[in-house]
Amino acid sequence: MDQFLQHCLNAVMLGGTYALLGIGLTLIFGIMKVVNFTHGELYAFGAYMMYMLVMRTGMDFFAALVLAIVLGVILGALLELVLLRKLRGADIDTTMLVMIGAWIALQNTEQLAWTGVAVSINNPFPAAPLVIGPVSVAWNRVFVFFTAIVLIFATYALINHTKLGRAMRATFQDSDTAALMGVRIGNVNTATFAIGSGLAAAAGALLGPVFVAYPSMGDLAAEKAFAIVILGGLGSIPGATIGGFILAFVEELGAGYISSGYRDAMGFLLIIVILLFRPTGLFARKERIG
Amino acid sequence: MKAAGVIAGLFFAASVPLWLDNPYLLHVLIVTGIFIIAAMSLNLLLGYAGQLSLGHVAFFGIGAYASALASLGFSVHLLPDTVLKVEASPVWLSMLAGTVAAGMCGWFIGRVAFKVRGAYFVIVSISFAEVARLVALNWVELTQGPMALNNIPPLAISSFTFYKKPENYWLVLAVGVVCFILIQRLVNSKAGRAMVALAENEALATSIGVDVTRTLALATVVSAAMAGAAGALYAHYVRIVDPDVFLFIYTVTMVIMVVTGGKGTLAGPVVGGILFGLLPEALRAAAIKPEAQWIAYGVLMVLVVYFLPRGIVPALRRG
Amino acid sequence: MSFLEIRHLSVTFGGLRAIEDLTFSVREGELLSLIGPNGAGKTTAFNAITGYLAFSSGEVVFQGKNLKGLKTNQVAALGLVRTFQKTSLFGGRTALQNVLIGLHMRARQTPLAIMLGLPYVGREERGLEIEAAKILAFVGLERRKAETAHALPYGEQRLLEVAIALAAKPKLLMLDEPVSGMNPSETASFMAKLAEIRALGVTVLLVEHDMKMVMGVSDRVVCLSQGRIIAEGSPAQIQRHPEVIKAYLGEKYARAHG
Repeated sequence: MDQFLQHCLNAVMLGGTYALLGIGLTLIFGIMKVVNFTHGELYAFGAYMMYMLVMRTGMDFFAALVLAIVLGVILGALLELVLLRKLRGADIDTTMLVMIGAWIALQNTEQLAWTGVAVSINNPFPAAPLVIGPVSVAWNRVFVFFTAIVLIFATYALINHTKLGRAMRATFQDSDTAALMGVRIGNVNTATFAIGSGLAAAAGALLGPVFVAYPSMGDLAAEKAFAIVILGGLGSIPGATIGGFILAFVEELGAGYISSGYRDAMGFLLIIVILLFRPTGLFARKERIG
Repeated sequence: MKAAGVIAGLFFAASVPLWLDNPYLLHVLIVTGIFIIAAMSLNLLLGYAGQLSLGHVAFFGIGAYASALASLGFSVHLLPDTVLKVEASPVWLSMLAGTVAAGMCGWFIGRVAFKVRGAYFVIVSISFAEVARLVALNWVELTQGPMALNNIPPLAISSFTFYKKPENYWLVLAVGVVCFILIQRLVNSKAGRAMVALAENEALATSIGVDVTRTLALATVVSAAMAGAAGALYAHYVRIVDPDVFLFIYTVTMVIMVVTGGKGTLAGPVVGGILFGLLPEALRAAAIKPEAQWIAYGVLMVLVVYFLPRGIVPALRRG
Repeated sequence: MSFLEIRHLSVTFGGLRAIEDLTFSVREGELLSLIGPNGAGKTTAFNAITGYLAFSSGEVVFQGKNLKGLKTNQVAALGLVRTFQKTSLFGGRTALQNVLIGLHMRARQTPLAIMLGLPYVGREERGLEIEAAKILAFVGLERRKAETAHALPYGEQRLLEVAIALAAKPKLLMLDEPVSGMNPSETASFMAKLAEIRALGVTVLLVEHDMKMVMGVSDRVVCLSQGRIIAEGSPAQIQRHPEVIKAYLGEKYARAHG
């Protein structure tokens, strides 16, 4: 029973960051209809920025966290402006291929810059874990969880209570009508991609110090992000949030009780099962195919 | 005339092992040939039927593993006390088994294709390949996991064994030509037109009787089986297969070959295959790091999409 | 037994009743026109009949066969072929290839025979090309057979759409606003073409706004408004029908001229 509780606690702690990853991707995927292959690289970017800022320049941990996220937002905006702007209206193959090209270039740039060796990032939290009865959790994980929750709420507030958020929601519902009503779709797209990328970078910046950073870490993150988006339904923030926690639970319990080698397969299997039986995800409101 | 050019080209291609002294280059050509077959199969699905299948390497890997395992023989515990034991089979039969196994997986993926389309299908196909990789990695009893299946026997026909490079080169060339002809026939027929029609305007296609299910199933089965055949060729040529054969980067390579060569054209994957089969070697000779190489590929892909959106072959035809 | 029978057809989506209790039939060999103001439900009826839209209640029976739940290609296989309101072609293909695709159901080649390169496949292909050229000539597009479909002028694109539908050998041809956007001379030649199509034994169900054409070619007319049938009869009867006038021109006009 204690084992089970520990797994659950681990899952909850991890679920927050998974949710961040998923929300970022569901925004991009849902509003821009772009299969964002670079999402994982932004995650890795966030982690590596933390490494550079904390370990190489000695910046304060929390300041570095904020800066890493900001840098992620900027990188996302740049990617959208340089690569995607001109492709608006192109078919999905074209944008997909551009995204794949960007992903390859980004990941190998990271590989060149930091070589293949995994690096760890120091965190300012006490090493001894917080013990709550039969379960324990590391302090840095607690911090990660709460920061993730804060960011989720911030995103939710942005989408539902700001002018930009309204524009994004309108574009998601029907981009043609939104354009006719005066929404600047180009700016909405850039903002969406920037925010989504920022969330991915945040997830990476948060989890980097918990685990380690290595250049291909983005691939696994991307796969999980896609699984979460599919679970929760395209464009649904609540869906992505809950999906993030569901994935974390499935991974933790699967790894704990079935086999740890297949831990990462859980995400993929989930994707296949969901798409076979409930293609629109668990929470999607709109029935759209293709 | 075009036909004469093709025949001359084929003769030239067939002559290569007779005068090429460099065994490493011959090896590169053989592997390139295998990739061209895989690219042609992907082209049928991606270029003609318009299905964004990004898990194509799964069929290649399944063909490779199935063929290797069939030729080596294996025994696995299906349940704690039930063992499935399969005796080693002759290689030509194993290769057939590999092709069929991949084709059956293609049928399964094809069925999923009707339920989900577009971006969702992309993700399902990628996931399928990743699950295959993780199974190959973790089901050690069957696949030896990361320790790889080795000592895979080469093809043998009556008493002749395909040990050396020249005969493998000719084998790959022959299979390549056969596959090309199969695709050419399909594409210029009722079946091929149905695929293209679906990709271009599905509502109109069904209004004149095109059956989405059967058309997509055919496209995926043929495409998967062909990729599986390429995988089988690979397994019995390099004679060692490990889970890395399922890496996404190989799908990406095939996609780059098809897209830059010209998707939806017969010559496209061949041109793209030759280009991206030989380019790494040229870059390696120029002592460029592999990471820089891949960055160049990434940039090249983006440039091709921007400036030659239909690929090289159609651009050459226009100009 | 009627050729095509629609009984109490209702279609609802998103809480909106698009069609309510539609009942009419099409007799073999006739040309029936469906008219009505925009949003009356004409295209929705087409979509429901041919399987592009699920209907909530009612029956559609074609030559004694119930069409409920059939997939769109199965409906086409029974001989019911429809065209689309918005220009719908295989844009990147040539005109000839477009019609070749239309001949899909007439080709008997099996995938295995195709891959094996059996001789009958080649013979059938050659036969299909000849047939496709004939159909293009029938609609007057034989000079255009090597042109890419999206490069054709608008009027010719609409003719190509009809050619594709004809290639599928329809028993009942359902045309959705085939002359919309055409100029008067194009419309007149289309009306003549329709007569030729009927002479081949094809029954026609037509949705159209152009009243001159409707009155000129129809045997019978059914008028829809807001998802319901408001009038049915010969062209002359419909022209004078007060409900029809009201639906198109509004209450005031009907009272002024009724």
